[in-house]
Amino acid sequence: MLARLWDRLTANLDGTLVLLAVIVLTIGLFTLYSASYENPGRLNAQVANIAIAFVAMWLAAQIAPQTLMRFAAPVYAVGLVLLIAVALFGDVANGARRWLHVGVVRFQPSEMMKIAMPLMLAWYFQKREASLKVGDYVVAAVLLLVPTTLIAKQPDLGTAILVLAAGFYVIFLAGLSWRLIVPVVGLAAVGIIALIALETQICQPDVVWPGLKSYQKARVCTLLDPTTDPLGRGFHIIQATIAVGSGGFLGKGWLEGTQTHLEFIPERSTDFIFAVYSEEFGLLGNLALLVLYLGLIGRGLVIAAGAPTFFARLLAGAITLTFFTYAFVNMGMVSGIVPVVGVPLPLVSYGGTALVTLGVALGILMSVHKHRKLVQS
Amino acid sequence: MRRAQFRDLESELSRFQYRLGVAGAVVVAAFGLLALRFLYLQLVQHDYYRTKAEDNRISVVPLVPNRGLIMDRSGVVLARNESQYTLEISLQQVANAEATINALATVIDIQQRDRNRFRKLRAEIKGADSLPIRTRLTDDEVARFAANAYRFPGVEIKARLFRYYPMGEVASHVLGYIGRISDKDVERLEADSVAANYKGSDFIGKSGVEASYERELHGTTGSARVEIDAGGRGIRTLESTPPVSGNNLALTLDIKLQEVAEAAFGKFRGALVAIEPATGGILALVSKPGYDPNLFVDGIDAAAWDALNNDPDKPLNNRAVTGAYPPGSTFKPFMALMALHLGKRSPDYTISDPGFFTLPGVAHRYRDWKVGGHGAVNLHRSIVISCDTYYYGVAAETDIDQLHAFLSQLGFGQPTGIDIDGEKPGLLPSREWKRKRFKRPDEQRWYQGDSVSVGIGQGYNLATPLQLAFATSIVANDGVVYRPHLVRHVTDAKTGENRAVEPRPIRTVDLNPKWVKLVKAAMVDVTKPGGTAARAGLNAAYTFAGKTGTAQVIAMKQDTKYDEKKVAERHRDHSLFIAFAPADAPKIALGILVENGGHGSATAAPIARLVLDYYLLGKLPEKAPEMNPDAQDD
Repeated sequence: MLARLWDRLTANLDGTLVLLAVIVLTIGLFTLYSASYENPGRLNAQVANIAIAFVAMWLAAQIAPQTLMRFAAPVYAVGLVLLIAVALFGDVANGARRWLHVGVVRFQPSEMMKIAMPLMLAWYFQKREASLKVGDYVVAAVLLLVPTTLIAKQPDLGTAILVLAAGFYVIFLAGLSWRLIVPVVGLAAVGIIALIALETQICQPDVVWPGLKSYQKARVCTLLDPTTDPLGRGFHIIQATIAVGSGGFLGKGWLEGTQTHLEFIPERSTDFIFAVYSEEFGLLGNLALLVLYLGLIGRGLVIAAGAPTFFARLLAGAITLTFFTYAFVNMGMVSGIVPVVGVPLPLVSYGGTALVTLGVALGILMSVHKHRKLVQS
Repeated sequence: MRRAQFRDLESELSRFQYRLGVAGAVVVAAFGLLALRFLYLQLVQHDYYRTKAEDNRISVVPLVPNRGLIMDRSGVVLARNESQYTLEISLQQVANAEATINALATVIDIQQRDRNRFRKLRAEIKGADSLPIRTRLTDDEVARFAANAYRFPGVEIKARLFRYYPMGEVASHVLGYIGRISDKDVERLEADSVAANYKGSDFIGKSGVEASYERELHGTTGSARVEIDAGGRGIRTLESTPPVSGNNLALTLDIKLQEVAEAAFGKFRGALVAIEPATGGILALVSKPGYDPNLFVDGIDAAAWDALNNDPDKPLNNRAVTGAYPPGSTFKPFMALMALHLGKRSPDYTISDPGFFTLPGVAHRYRDWKVGGHGAVNLHRSIVISCDTYYYGVAAETDIDQLHAFLSQLGFGQPTGIDIDGEKPGLLPSREWKRKRFKRPDEQRWYQGDSVSVGIGQGYNLATPLQLAFATSIVANDGVVYRPHLVRHVTDAKTGENRAVEPRPIRTVDLNPKWVKLVKAAMVDVTKPGGTAARAGLNAAYTFAGKTGTAQVIAMKQDTKYDEKKVAERHRDHSLFIAFAPADAPKIALGILVENGGHGSATAAPIARLVLDYYLLGKLPEKAPEMNPDAQDD
């Protein structure tokens, strides 16, 4: 009886994904325990977050991709309306207008877009599958750029980049011509190289960067040379890099990180938790985590490759690559090769919203996998 | 149709999978990049970052020693350390100090004086990380701030040891004071390569014994290796070397005598030095007016500093060691000794004093203070009644370089070597001195006329009150010279051992006991009826030797009479007196100067009597001394 109930409950879950996620979540809890020694309540709160995320994952896994397709346009529309509402009536916190009050709950509609965007674009390409033309990419670009711009204007560059990436992955997987991709990527590469080469000139205080806020310019400039502001913005990068480097091959050991426990690492249970992990578990721990993430991403790509419909393939592929983007940007920023943008480390950083979003993403992947045969028959 | 669609689907699927493969390759490449970065940071650069993390974690904190105490000869504490609460602002954490101070003023009483001092400290001490806005907080104020502390990040209450001078103004010039270490002090400490010992120290001796014995008083700074957090707060001490307190000083000073001597000056400015002839120990060293050294301890505010610095009475000057005055007639006993030793005069040689002296072939009259003269005067009487004409003659007949050579032995014209800073050498003229002093050849020559006024302690002659007391003590001691000193012994803080600073005779002046006895006898008669200090010596229970002196402040024109009543107070003569007692076995030698006090017998001699009465008889003065600057007998 119990065994049958268990079977029913787990019918739609994917063993590999669940196992890998649980390992990473466990690593996350241990790291959080070390990082939040002065605030032990965080551990309990994170356990609760994980429980909620699991429920979200289970629910998402029950929904068949065809059903999801029906929600795509409405969810996207609601998200867009909310983003406009934020721009007009949103709360300001830390100099950015990101939050919206709905009754007693305050939430960020931009977070919702992380799922809504690939959903919408995958739905659009599925619709146009039979006769995909250049015009469709233009429409997709508009669908992508309008909410991204709204988010970037809040300003929340980190989320904007992630939403942009999620949408871009759909368009890329849908078959956007290389002739369009290569110049854009090439331009970006040239831009980054120019940025590094011209750092001393363009980071002068009186140079204004078109289209970017001064704090965003500062973030990029501090990444290029953290020593220019060792006690201010550069402090994050310098101290995080010291934490990672001082960890060495085996790490200082769990709960033994001096950078962590003497409060040199800012935001050490959220965006910079990787510095804590890296300091205490060293290179070996880092490589292990990379392997675990690779496993999750690989499994996601396999699921995408085996998905039955264009929609499911695009959605699963984009979600998996977005997950990769999270992990890469976060670890990159902590180790000093990516500018500091507010991106959590997936399944490790403290925070409910990000975990629930990840749960939904994993649930969708599982749903795609479990429903692969149902559609074909 | 169906087939085509199927093929279409198939090609689409393969294109998708191709794209997915590209994406997978990008993922692997990106993670590879991360892995390389980790490899670089955690293996290649590991040592560098490990050191960085250690530097972050460990802070070497200086442990500041307690400053040594200063006591008088009988153990009365003259300078000690008191724990006080201070309210300090960290300049690194507080961006707008003015705004913070304004906000603090709503919680704690902050006067303009405190603000001025803060501003002054801030300008003077550039490297300071925290500066006091208020010192000596009351318990009530500490509690009130504690309740509001959350509003003031970067503002802290600290318990600190403050120097405290319980006697206030008494002996202020002896003790000196400490103050915050200024940029100039830092330069000096670095030059002496002792700057490391001052890490964490806020204060340093600025004047007096506090400055000259800084090395003894400061102590040795210890250190602790402390684990700190990012906010710089200490978490735990890893290891520590405790500081060694500064050594205590026991002075030769008798603080009771000092008090009596200071009080004896009343409203007059001037200086007094009392020396124990047998040791050279200074029993009292007065410079009036004084100041309260406690004002300097936590940083004097600008207004108080200006008031002290611009006071026409110059309370900060230590007149006893830096004030150079013409010794006037107090110079005569030393001149008499010289005349006897150089054979210029025999004890019986008698002159007939017409009231003036002339050099052969020169019309200029060197006037005696007594119009009409003293009549027949021998060496004994020349001292008792202070005959100018007698000494004009002695000086005129003595080569100036010979005079210089003899009187140098008694300490004139050179620093005595007292153990506080800033001593002035005074001036005992010589041919060489004049040649260096002047530029024009006719000015560089020494004229016989120059010698004449030197004979009565005027002319180029200058001596500090300390030098007068020192010369007197050498005579009282029959020529045995002890270096004048203020510190009797240094008590080692570690071992408790007393290191005596003195006394050992540094030299002996070759004096003929017969001549010394003669001069001493004459000095005794100065305080007896018929002597110039007869009033000061009236009914003394001991015999004491003395000599009055009067030093002109402004030069008088030939043939004009000096009338004290008509002369502005600041142009009035200085009153001088030297003394030692008891005359046959001297326990104390005095040099006294009263600025604008008139004749020596008028103000300086009565002060000497009070001091001697207290020191020899333990008699405290019942009333202020009778001092009449208009008295007419010198």
